[in-house]
Amino acid sequence: MSKDPITARGDLRLTRITKSYGDFTAVDDLTLTIPKGSFFALLGPSGCGKTTTLRMVAGLEEPTVGSIHLGDTDITTTRPYQRPINTVFQNYALFPHLTIFENIAFGLRRRGIKDVKEQVDKVLNLVELPHLAERKPTQLSGGQQQRIALARAIVNRPALLLLDEPLGALDLKLRRQMQIELKWIQREVGLTFVHVTHDQEEAMTMADTIAVMNEGKIEQMGSPADLYDNPKTAFVANFLGQSNLIKGKIDGNDGDNLVVDLYGQKISMPKKRSHAVDNSLYAGIRPEKFRISRLGTPVKGNILTGGHIEDVSYIGVSTQYVVAMPWGQEVMVFEQNDDGVAPFDKGDEVNISWEPTFTFGLRGDEDIEAGTEVNPEELEEE
Amino acid sequence: MSQKIKDASIPTIPFKARFSRWFGRNLLRIYMLFGFTYLFIPVAYTFVFSFNDSGKSNLIWKGFTLNNWQNPCGAPEVCNALGNSIKIGLLATIFSTILGTMIAFAIGRYKFKGRSSSNLLIFLPMATPEIVLGASLLSLFLVFKINPGFWPTVIAHVVFCISFVVVTVKARIASLDPRLEQAAMDLYANELETFRKVTLPLVAPGIAGAALLAFSLSFDDFIITNFNSGTLITFPKFVYVSAARGIPAQANVIGSAMFFLALAIVIAGQLVKRKKTR
Amino acid sequence: MSFPKVRVPYLLLLPGFAFLFTFFILPIINLAQTSTQTPIAGGDTGQYEQTLAFSNYIQAFVDNKEQFGRSFVYATLATIFALAIAYPLAYAIAFKSGKFKNILLVLVVAPFFTSFLLRTIAWKQILGEEGFVVPGLRALNIIGQQTTLTSTSVAVVAGMTYNFLPFMTLPLYASLERIDPRTIEAAGDLYANGLTAFRRVTVPLSLPGVVAGTLLTFIPAAGDYVNAAILGSPNTKMIGNVIESRYFKIVDYPTAAALSFTLMAAILILVTLYIRKAGTEELV
Repeated sequence: MSKDPITARGDLRLTRITKSYGDFTAVDDLTLTIPKGSFFALLGPSGCGKTTTLRMVAGLEEPTVGSIHLGDTDITTTRPYQRPINTVFQNYALFPHLTIFENIAFGLRRRGIKDVKEQVDKVLNLVELPHLAERKPTQLSGGQQQRIALARAIVNRPALLLLDEPLGALDLKLRRQMQIELKWIQREVGLTFVHVTHDQEEAMTMADTIAVMNEGKIEQMGSPADLYDNPKTAFVANFLGQSNLIKGKIDGNDGDNLVVDLYGQKISMPKKRSHAVDNSLYAGIRPEKFRISRLGTPVKGNILTGGHIEDVSYIGVSTQYVVAMPWGQEVMVFEQNDDGVAPFDKGDEVNISWEPTFTFGLRGDEDIEAGTEVNPEELEEE
Repeated sequence: MSQKIKDASIPTIPFKARFSRWFGRNLLRIYMLFGFTYLFIPVAYTFVFSFNDSGKSNLIWKGFTLNNWQNPCGAPEVCNALGNSIKIGLLATIFSTILGTMIAFAIGRYKFKGRSSSNLLIFLPMATPEIVLGASLLSLFLVFKINPGFWPTVIAHVVFCISFVVVTVKARIASLDPRLEQAAMDLYANELETFRKVTLPLVAPGIAGAALLAFSLSFDDFIITNFNSGTLITFPKFVYVSAARGIPAQANVIGSAMFFLALAIVIAGQLVKRKKTR
Repeated sequence: MSFPKVRVPYLLLLPGFAFLFTFFILPIINLAQTSTQTPIAGGDTGQYEQTLAFSNYIQAFVDNKEQFGRSFVYATLATIFALAIAYPLAYAIAFKSGKFKNILLVLVVAPFFTSFLLRTIAWKQILGEEGFVVPGLRALNIIGQQTTLTSTSVAVVAGMTYNFLPFMTLPLYASLERIDPRTIEAAGDLYANGLTAFRRVTVPLSLPGVVAGTLLTFIPAAGDYVNAAILGSPNTKMIGNVIESRYFKIVDYPTAAALSFTLMAAILILVTLYIRKAGTEELV
């Protein structure tokens, strides 16, 4: 147990945090533990409270209610400069009046560290930009500024590194490259990274654990694969990738499986993958899990009949089909182009099938549009 | 454009059309040339007549001489007046820059009760004609039996300079990214260090600009000075008073010298800025 | 920033506002008092007593309504001319000057540093009887043999236009410079011709600069008396000249105070109406 918060180490624990601005609740009764050494992503649309959460951890905002602990140390009201936590800001916030060297040395000098030069050189080598030490930030490209911002933070060896949409200002190609580099650097230095982003692909590439946030609350938390394979809510199902959600009723049991009635057609799914609370449920299937077959072709697993191809888009590695089902719903199907040709044409009568274990079940009272698009009126936080 | 050989197959544009197109494209630039000429005619006139071998009254060109430049204090009142103007200008600049910068930080950095009325109080002196500012201050001094002179003039100048300092510095503060200060705090700088190492260096050019503005406003002021300076002679006052019987050429020397000095300071400032950002 | 240090802004404001209260607000209040005083019967020149003589205002206004009218007409004209000259100038600096932008900007302010009085007197001499312009124009028969350029209301308005031109140009430049040239191109892309794009996009976007510039020109112009004194004649006296002479020559403080107060009130009312109309409150 340490008294001085600056030396605190350990897991980050947020306990029942609420942050309100007047009538608006940005973060709503949030409890969260981020294990030491992990690469943790807070994912959500703008206005979901993720940046506010990050700012409270950094000490730039104080929670209205709740506490923040780092290891055993309560840092809820500790000033930002008294926390062993550093941030890579959204636009990097490099000091324009200082050289790159002095930018990186800033934190070391404030803490009265002796071998500033040595440490700055080391971290400049880590981000592979030692030749830029005497430049000013405005003379650097976006990608270089991003790496310097990272270097400026990690040189302090914080217990926790916060990344606030750090790749948002970079173009796609540079982003992909930086994602890989960030991940590599995190392993190299062994710090806890908390990454805030609205880009689900970025979160999935980098983080070991993702918490999906919506309207100030955590919808679901888990590994990228968990969240994708077995989303608990419609919001997660739609925000992470795409999902087909088909309304149904639980019709009975079959061992470890449930029998579900989808518009008169029976399918089965594993019991443990259902999050329904009563008989009504949405059966969720990812578009790439579907297979399309012509009428009369024998298939394994669940089958839904009576569809016809509504639209075909060929996109290289796969072909995307829109299939109109007899009850009026259109479902998305992604087929790998294993054989090089698109075998179905618009108007073809088809069945769709899939492995029962790929099915996930959502509560029947969910809003199936949740998370499909970000409401532009939702305000950016701050 | 750089093609030298004429290709007969390329249709040539008639000169008239070419000229009118060139004229259309450069109309604004031509206009700009006229605008600056207009601005600088009296400056040039003042400069030229600073070389006039004029004797007492510098009205008609009598011949070229360097005497006025070699001996700017040839008319002793001129130098005396200039000295007063510089002293008043420096004091007014120091006080108004300090007070104004503090106000600018309060208004620009904090949300507090009475912020909008503070803004109004800053706006009012700018919306008050100089003659009213000068006259009202004079009345106050008279009520308290304070004789107009050096310090009343300094005070009067601070009154009208403060608002301009506040507006200039506030603009600079407003353009500061708040994340820079947050980043400093995040990097273990406490409030005071953040202010000293990040905020102040970044606002400094704004403060310097405000100080320069305050000095030039003070140095050039006539109306308010005229009301509050009593028998003290400042440079503009000297020019005004001696206008009737002719201004000595030394005044032109001072005016021109001030012009080049200020220009040099501003250009040097620009160069330093450019060098810093390279 | 959201630090609960409630007292900091007030501490920062305290010295400046104490100063402004003592040397700006108090004098204005005192001016209001003086404006309703009357001479002490049998007292010396310059001795007055408080009698709440609001008739001072009526008297002062009736006696000087011509000068009041002139002040506002001259100031309005000077403001319009300065706007007409400065707008294209600011526009050219903002959009057509490339790398010379900063230098040109410095040049706009540069004439300031030669005392404005010297420059005004220079104009008087350039355009006066001994200057080269008038004899030249007379020789070319452009103006009549008796016509003069100085000592006229035209000269006064021209002098004010010249002197306040940088006050107009700088705010205009500041707001024009902020316009993203792409918005103007976008207007062109959306079938606006050059003039329409200018009218519908550039002008509205530069409005804050227009408001700030016209205020910075009109206010000092309305209270000015130097241009009228140097370039004008007794027939071009403005209210500033009257106030000045009431103070220094006639030593009639109450009338001078009443005139000052009327001038200030009139300007404040005009400015408030103008800002309301223009709909830009943020320039304060």
